[in-house]
Amino acid sequence: MIVLIIGLMLVLIGIMIMLSKKNMLRIIIGFSIVDTGIHLIIVAIGYIKNATAPIIDLGVKTTRDSSGLISVIDKVADPVPSALVLTSIVIGLAVTALMLSYAIRLYQKSGTLNIDDHEESKW
Amino acid sequence: MFETITLIALGLICIVAAVYALITKKTLNAVIASGVISLLASIIFLIVAAPDVAMTEASIGAGLTTVVFLYAIKHTKGGEDE
Amino acid sequence: MFKYIFAILCVIGFGWMMWHLVQGFYIPDTMNEIADSYVSGSVNELKIPNTVTAVVVSYRGLDTLGEVTVLFLATAGVGFFLKRHRQTNAKRREGSEILKTGASFLAPMIMLFGIYVFTHGHLTPGGGFQGGVLIASATLLIILACPDCALPKHLIRILEGISGLGYVLIGILGLLILGKHSFLDPRIMDMGEWQKLFSGGAIPIIYSLIGLKVGSELSSVLGYLKGGGEES
Repeated sequence: MIVLIIGLMLVLIGIMIMLSKKNMLRIIIGFSIVDTGIHLIIVAIGYIKNATAPIIDLGVKTTRDSSGLISVIDKVADPVPSALVLTSIVIGLAVTALMLSYAIRLYQKSGTLNIDDHEESKW
Repeated sequence: MFETITLIALGLICIVAAVYALITKKTLNAVIASGVISLLASIIFLIVAAPDVAMTEASIGAGLTTVVFLYAIKHTKGGEDE
Repeated sequence: MFKYIFAILCVIGFGWMMWHLVQGFYIPDTMNEIADSYVSGSVNELKIPNTVTAVVVSYRGLDTLGEVTVLFLATAGVGFFLKRHRQTNAKRREGSEILKTGASFLAPMIMLFGIYVFTHGHLTPGGGFQGGVLIASATLLIILACPDCALPKHLIRILEGISGLGYVLIGILGLLILGKHSFLDPRIMDMGEWQKLFSGGAIPIIYSLIGLKVGSELSSVLGYLKGGGEES
């Protein structure tokens, strides 16, 4: 519950940075903060009370059934949100690098990082 | 009990760093604040029982993202408005 | 002045939309049915202790294929935009003595640790993505310590191409051997014993290929950002 509120505050402050700044590098920093906030929200949904990590090694208690099936006794956290956030973090880095290469190229063409000076690209 | 206090303390520092990235005048300070936010988020991921995510976020958020931003600041000669 | 008022109204509206998510939130006591079936399936059928690895590689393998594609496209985009510049030699500074000695000692060890993390991905926390990022960190250390060294561009390109192709070929091999409904099924190889290195079917091979691909792609992105691409 606390982690959900932390993630939500980070998303709101990140959107505020993206909307009110004029420098292109600041807008990209705001995008990266929004990304971190969303990952915190998704991982907070998968938490179970008093649960350990979803890795079944010798520290987690298991029993063996009569037909040989193993079932886990201890409470284990949900593995699906962890798996989704894992790929999302790497994709966030790749997209941030691509956006920064756009910004560098625009600076080399026109000499300014202010986003108000690039208005002739809009239609 | 201790977990709750730790989570609240880390969350307060995260929000203070984000507000600092909003207010400050130099771009370099905002980049370092974004790195601090990623590092504290990695510790929060470890407390909520997700060790794979904590490992990935620590090495990507507090390592490679900050370095990529610093290369961009070098290529645009400071990264400020005029 | 009006722009600030509109921005604050946007943020307040977004916060009000998310308020219902916060209100209806409760921490459950037991897992729901899908997570239960994934955990028990990963322990009994696939025999892999790390359930997150089983979900990423086997039960949600198609999402990992999409992620590998997005990473490739982003790297190609960065390489297309940042062409090579003529650097003036007067501005380049060598690294200090401590950095050069430390980097020549530490960089092979960090790379070895990264390879350990992605080969043991099904036994301990870790896997392909974490190991790949560690390999890219070792490359960054080499770039910082020796600005005149050129990255081996052809080796990185060959490694990345072979890894991506191998990943798709193993997926199609599952379709050919086991019949339909089994794209990227790790049961094409023999399941070993519980908690040994050679267990879990084809999952160590798939994760090793993903680790090599991610590592080489992030290394080439860092090489492009440093000076606009270097020829070997």
